[in-house]
Amino acid sequence: MFFRPALRFVPDNTRIKFMRGRFMGIAVSIVLSTLSIGLFFYPGLNLGIDFKGGIVMEARTEGAADFGKIREALVAQGIREPGVQRFGTPDEVLIRIEAQQDEKATEQVVAKVRTALEQAQPGTKLLRTDAVGASVSAELFRNGMLALGISLLMILVYIWFRFEWQFAVGAVVTLILDVTKTIGFLVITRFEFDLVMIGAILTVIGYSTNDKVVVYDRMRENLRKYKTMPLRDLIDLSINETLNRTLGTSATVFLASLPLALFGGATLSGFAWVMLFGIFIGTSSSIFIAAPILLFLGENRLRRDSAAPVAPAKPAR
Amino acid sequence: MMYFSRLKTALILGACVLGVLLSIPNLMPAPADWLPWRTIHLGLDLRGGSYLLMEVDMSTVIKERLDGLADQARRSLERAGVRPYTITEQPQDDRLLVKTPDATKLDATAAALRELVTTAGQGVGARPDLDLAQTPEGVTLTLSQVAMTDRANQAVQQSIEIVRRRIDETGVLDPVITRQGQNRIVVQLPGVEDPGRIKALLGTTARMTFRLTDENANLSATVPPPGEEFLPFQDKPGQRIAVRKRVEVDGNNLTDARAGQNGQTGEWVVNFTFDSIGTRRFADVSRANVGHPFAVVLDDKVITAPVIREAITGGRGQISGNFTAAAATDLAVLLRAGALPAPLTVVEERSVGPELGADAIRAGALSLAAGFVLVIVFMGVFYGFFGWIANLALVVNLIMMMAILSLLNATLTLPGMAGILLTLGMAVDANILINERIREEVHNGRTPLNAMETGFRRAFSTIIDSNATAFLAHVMLFIFGSGPVRGFAVTITVGIVTTLFTATMLARLLMVRWYAAYRPQALPV
Repeated sequence: MFFRPALRFVPDNTRIKFMRGRFMGIAVSIVLSTLSIGLFFYPGLNLGIDFKGGIVMEARTEGAADFGKIREALVAQGIREPGVQRFGTPDEVLIRIEAQQDEKATEQVVAKVRTALEQAQPGTKLLRTDAVGASVSAELFRNGMLALGISLLMILVYIWFRFEWQFAVGAVVTLILDVTKTIGFLVITRFEFDLVMIGAILTVIGYSTNDKVVVYDRMRENLRKYKTMPLRDLIDLSINETLNRTLGTSATVFLASLPLALFGGATLSGFAWVMLFGIFIGTSSSIFIAAPILLFLGENRLRRDSAAPVAPAKPAR
Repeated sequence: MMYFSRLKTALILGACVLGVLLSIPNLMPAPADWLPWRTIHLGLDLRGGSYLLMEVDMSTVIKERLDGLADQARRSLERAGVRPYTITEQPQDDRLLVKTPDATKLDATAAALRELVTTAGQGVGARPDLDLAQTPEGVTLTLSQVAMTDRANQAVQQSIEIVRRRIDETGVLDPVITRQGQNRIVVQLPGVEDPGRIKALLGTTARMTFRLTDENANLSATVPPPGEEFLPFQDKPGQRIAVRKRVEVDGNNLTDARAGQNGQTGEWVVNFTFDSIGTRRFADVSRANVGHPFAVVLDDKVITAPVIREAITGGRGQISGNFTAAAATDLAVLLRAGALPAPLTVVEERSVGPELGADAIRAGALSLAAGFVLVIVFMGVFYGFFGWIANLALVVNLIMMMAILSLLNATLTLPGMAGILLTLGMAVDANILINERIREEVHNGRTPLNAMETGFRRAFSTIIDSNATAFLAHVMLFIFGSGPVRGFAVTITVGIVTTLFTATMLARLLMVRWYAAYRPQALPV
């Protein structure tokens, strides 16, 4: 452990025939992604107030919270259908109120909730107030989606410049499949979809691209090294050669995220679970989706002579 | 790749030392004032506080501009002798419609109105502020796009200034007030748990005017007499009074306003002082109207309407309106700070109590520590000696991230903490790539030195490619994200930069030095 490595994931001369499972991999992926898109429409994402608008307040009561009494006090203040939930310990209350028609009304409701809490259980402390108006939430959503879209586009362009178009298309198609599955995961787990989740999805995209680039990089190198090897064997060889690295990096990111998922608190644990899921998806899709797509697109097309446009991108050092 | 000149070695180690020095300010307060002491700020979600996003009501700004324009148009038509005419404000189209029943006077009308057109904007962007068009219906004056942007900019700038003054009066420490987009203002109030009072302060336009009243008006009439309006009393619901529209003295002419108690009644009042223009005007008006009431109007509500007993020439006055101590103080604050050019509405509010912030820091720090230990153990078990070098580089990486974030005076948010953790997980990827590559080269039969050399060189381009894409994704998140998520994007982008340094420079330097010192027969891979 202190001088020589004590463990390895797979022996060095591992030669698994991954491309045998190419149809299986793509089929499973397409089924899962289609299901996810279905889930996206029904029942749909659990939109957080960032994107839906509305009010969420967290309070800590003195002694155990009396949820019925709090709800009554809220209704007495003229708030329609307040959601009052337990949250963590018995003295923590989570209050949710739907979006109001306009910003003025939202402000008034926040003040009313304060009054109601004070009436129902004097001494209650407000821990958190989030109130987002309808116009802002629509804007936040649009900007979030824009960030996702443009990131994908830039990744496409970057890989296209550094590799060949087949690589870029393979990567972006895979990334889109990854993102749809992540959205499916969010629908199933009912984690709130908010700005932090957009951050999580972008990080998953970043991680997944990173993983694909490493495998692609090895394929590009092997294309020049083994000029006659069939593309299928060459892809298998490249995946196998980089397998220890792929698993190693997945493991470190996984290990770094795990404590966050377990003890990170309400805001961050959802983020971390998405990361854990994304690491699994991103790693497996490099092997079972991105590589087969490259195989279909690149058979007999990827240039192997050293005068190919791949060469100037990687000057001899 | 294997050779490090003395200069290069010194630079690398120097950068590490600089990183340590720059991150020290986060651990202790500044020992001396002259030292540059930059630290990472804790975001409101960690330290507790309120974030308010406020929108300036642009329709009011446009309405006021059209009001002023209508007034000007009336005057120039009178001067030109064009009569009769009607002026209609059409705020939904940002324009003014001037009609004359006599079609032969259309040209004269247009000519008279043309002199109102001036330029808006500066330099190349300068355009006429009004578009004048002659139609069979009449003449329209439309506010041009440039003029409207100009107005909007002014209104937002002015609002920021007033908001800052009002908040400063409340004694909140380190408020941050910034503009966002076209017509929004972000107000960050550290340590303010309940922004209710501040929201009330900012939600008031606080335009105060002193106007004469009409004692003879029929208050039950549906339409007020021309040039007058019916306004309600602030403290007497249901009652109203006829107030002349003409403003005699404006709140802008106040130089000071203080809450105090009336010596005789003990009632809470606001004492104010006029500037020289205000003093003169107030003296003239009060001298001419002794025995008549005048109204103090705040945002279309009459606070009080006392009868003038004698000419008031000292430029001082007192407003009484059944105030509580708090109401008198707040009114004084509003009058001192000045009126907002347009109403402000809170469109987004986020407040975090200090307890929750402390909980969040504890949970974040715990996860961070646990994740860090897990990664370090993993690297030790799976990569042996070179893994420990990677771990050392990882610690330096963390310190350098702190240093750069401090230099940028960046704000650490809860998602930002997650960003640091992920960076640590991703950072070792570069070391893993290098180690795996060296191992392969050893298996290909290269000598230790040759294997290290080739391993570094080949891994390098992979490292650049894989980090560049992640970098691009998070720059996008920074540009389009908002609030705490930006903090996340910042920590990750900074982390990618420091990772490139520690993994490809520092770790390599350490490995090369180790090799030069011991000349091992076999590498520990």
